[in-house]
Amino acid sequence: MKVIKRQSVVSAFQGIKKQAESQWRELRNGKPVIMVGGATCGRAAGALEVLRAIKGELKKHGLSCPVVEVGCMGHCYAEPVVTISKPGYPPICYGPVNPVIAQRLVREFVLGDNPCLEFVLGALEKNDLVPSFADFPRAEFEKRVILKNCGHIDPEQIEHYIASGGYGALVKALEMEPEEVIAEVKRSGLRGRGGAGFPTGEKWEICRNARGKPKYLICNGDEGDPGAFMDRAILESDPHSVVEGMLIAAYAIGARYGYLYVRAEYPLAVQRTRLALRQARKLKLLGRNILGSDFSFNIKLFQGSGAFVCGEETALIASLEGKPGTPYHRPPYPVTSGLYGKPTVINNVKTLAFIRHIIESGGKMFAVTGTEGSKGTAVFALAGKVVNTGLAEVPMGTTLRQVIFDVGSGIKEGKRFKAVQIGGPSGGCLPESTLDLPIDFGSLTGAGAMMGSGGMIVLDEDDCMVEIARYFLEFTQRESCGKCTFCRLGTKQMLEVLDEFTRGKGRIEDLDTLVALAEDVKAGSLCGLGKTAPNPVLSTLRFFRDEYEVHIKEGRCPALMCRDLIAYYIVPEKCERTCDACVGTCTVEAISSHPTKRYKIIDQTKCVKCGTCLKACPPQYSAVVKLSPPSLVPASK
Amino acid sequence: MTEEKAKLKKQTRRILQGFGKKRGNLIPILQRLQENLGYLPREAMLEVARFLDIPEIDVYGVVTFYNQFRRNPPGKHSIRVCLGTACHMKGGYITLDAWKRRLGIDRGQVTPDREFDLDTVACVGCCVMAPVTVVDDKPQGKVEPTKVDGILLSFKLEKEKQ
Repeated sequence: MKVIKRQSVVSAFQGIKKQAESQWRELRNGKPVIMVGGATCGRAAGALEVLRAIKGELKKHGLSCPVVEVGCMGHCYAEPVVTISKPGYPPICYGPVNPVIAQRLVREFVLGDNPCLEFVLGALEKNDLVPSFADFPRAEFEKRVILKNCGHIDPEQIEHYIASGGYGALVKALEMEPEEVIAEVKRSGLRGRGGAGFPTGEKWEICRNARGKPKYLICNGDEGDPGAFMDRAILESDPHSVVEGMLIAAYAIGARYGYLYVRAEYPLAVQRTRLALRQARKLKLLGRNILGSDFSFNIKLFQGSGAFVCGEETALIASLEGKPGTPYHRPPYPVTSGLYGKPTVINNVKTLAFIRHIIESGGKMFAVTGTEGSKGTAVFALAGKVVNTGLAEVPMGTTLRQVIFDVGSGIKEGKRFKAVQIGGPSGGCLPESTLDLPIDFGSLTGAGAMMGSGGMIVLDEDDCMVEIARYFLEFTQRESCGKCTFCRLGTKQMLEVLDEFTRGKGRIEDLDTLVALAEDVKAGSLCGLGKTAPNPVLSTLRFFRDEYEVHIKEGRCPALMCRDLIAYYIVPEKCERTCDACVGTCTVEAISSHPTKRYKIIDQTKCVKCGTCLKACPPQYSAVVKLSPPSLVPASK
Repeated sequence: MTEEKAKLKKQTRRILQGFGKKRGNLIPILQRLQENLGYLPREAMLEVARFLDIPEIDVYGVVTFYNQFRRNPPGKHSIRVCLGTACHMKGGYITLDAWKRRLGIDRGQVTPDREFDLDTVACVGCCVMAPVTVVDDKPQGKVEPTKVDGILLSFKLEKEKQ
């Protein structure tokens, strides 16, 4: 009985695969293929304009080569990225491309034979013509598993995914017993990538053995951490990998219904995921009797509504049930009593994206990478003052220094590294001295931060640590659902203290009040939001206490960031006098010329401290400076 | 006024037809309503409560809990300033101030001519383009005070063209 079913699943899939592969081949078919990176970050940089320019230019020259909008390769610093695969050449990636460069690429490379080396970012394969990404120094530290497809296939075409080996793992899983699938995932040592790091296989097993029907599977794509965009990139660039992961998970735990919870702030991810589900349903990879087997599973897309706390699993469940997203006490954990009181597994987007790779090449293979307690790779979103902003996937155990300086190429504009903010509002700011810590689930806790889901904001000497602590407190205070008193009121009190600090009105004893409040908020909150909300404050206090003290004692912001503690000033000796750059750009018309000596003067009563004049002043003069405290500004003569 | 109310009621009822009477549908219903009506008027909320047979306060509670729901009609163009970590550290708060100054409104408000509404968003995940402002659902990168003026000027020119 089992054998017959197995054959039917395999043969049903083979037909689909054959067709997808022939479509993929046809796409190439001796013609150059142009791929434009069109994830949200690419679009914000102007990818759609580039796409239009390419199509227009091709039409003008009567060319009919395929133009594909792909997802994000992770090289966000070079967006918009265009990849051209022309027969006879390696696939070459260009960036940043604007419409004019795009037109030139079409004219000179697609039509002509000049690969326009001046715009090249790198080649996708090793070759003798241009350096490939594999030759980049960062390649030594990277290992792409779940980002492998991102930026290389059209996320809106299921055929591309299938042709690249997609849904093969589902077929393989369907040939196994559910218990075998769970055993394989357990063997891999995969831990939840949402931040908490609970062993995935174990979670599935508990749910499989739990009483109650139906069972639910939820994919948590409510990536609320400000500064994190890994899940967005995966859902926008390779949504089927998540769908396939969900299917395998559902088969293993015996779930009949699934929800894919995506934040409303990610409209493109919502749109592409919705399309992916529709396509999978059409090919009978989703729905009733998948591929002719007796396994049925359906996924509903659920849009979040803009509440950070809904990333917490019990709050997310409340939200799915149509209630305000307030967490409830655990235990009972959702795996035994979750959505509508039924056993529910909640997995992060990245966790589920790993599943197909584990089933394909085995749990043992997966466990080769990583550290003792944390297996596999981790995806980080690098942003802030780092040169190579974007996505990086590195083996667990890679150090912070390697991620920031080797993969990220260090700090922009030759400035000095100050700290890295990791783990979002639940994490902390780590200074230079901690950079050699290997990153895994356990290692950063001792330093007062956590790996979290993978957002990493790099801060340099111009960033004020008191201000960033205040920023996170403002965020958690606003996003607190209000259920627990300490989280609701404690964070507010902490914010008020920090507000005073950034205005130079703090008292030194407030530092102790802050620590005491932080401990109370940690102890008196039910969910992760409140329990970890004080972390950014505690970690900055621990490593950058001197900055707090300068704010309080001297009314000065050493990083020249806190607006109440700085003033912009034009140094008369440096001012060129005939140049009007600052006068023209000032958004509030606060700058005028000295009546006789012609150097420029800022009217401090009008100045809103936006910093536009500082950027406008030509670098050869650099006459605009920031002073702290503001009393340093000399009275105008 | 009552005519308008009746119209809203009718519209709401029509949209509700596509949904099952399950509490779990509350958020998708409200999202669909907001998509169609632009906001969630009192009449619509009352209709939803009746439809799902739940207390009116439950609908109101959900609407006020989530940041995405609005209870006032939006402006013609929506301005959403991203205040994620990267945007904040690169001056998102300065950009927000610039919008406030130019539009003459605070966040959560609509200009008197109903041309623009201004609000903030927690993070749109375009951290590498910081500071980001989402203008009419299109994320725009590196929006500093001078670009704010540029964006407003392009709207003005477009309007003059019409």
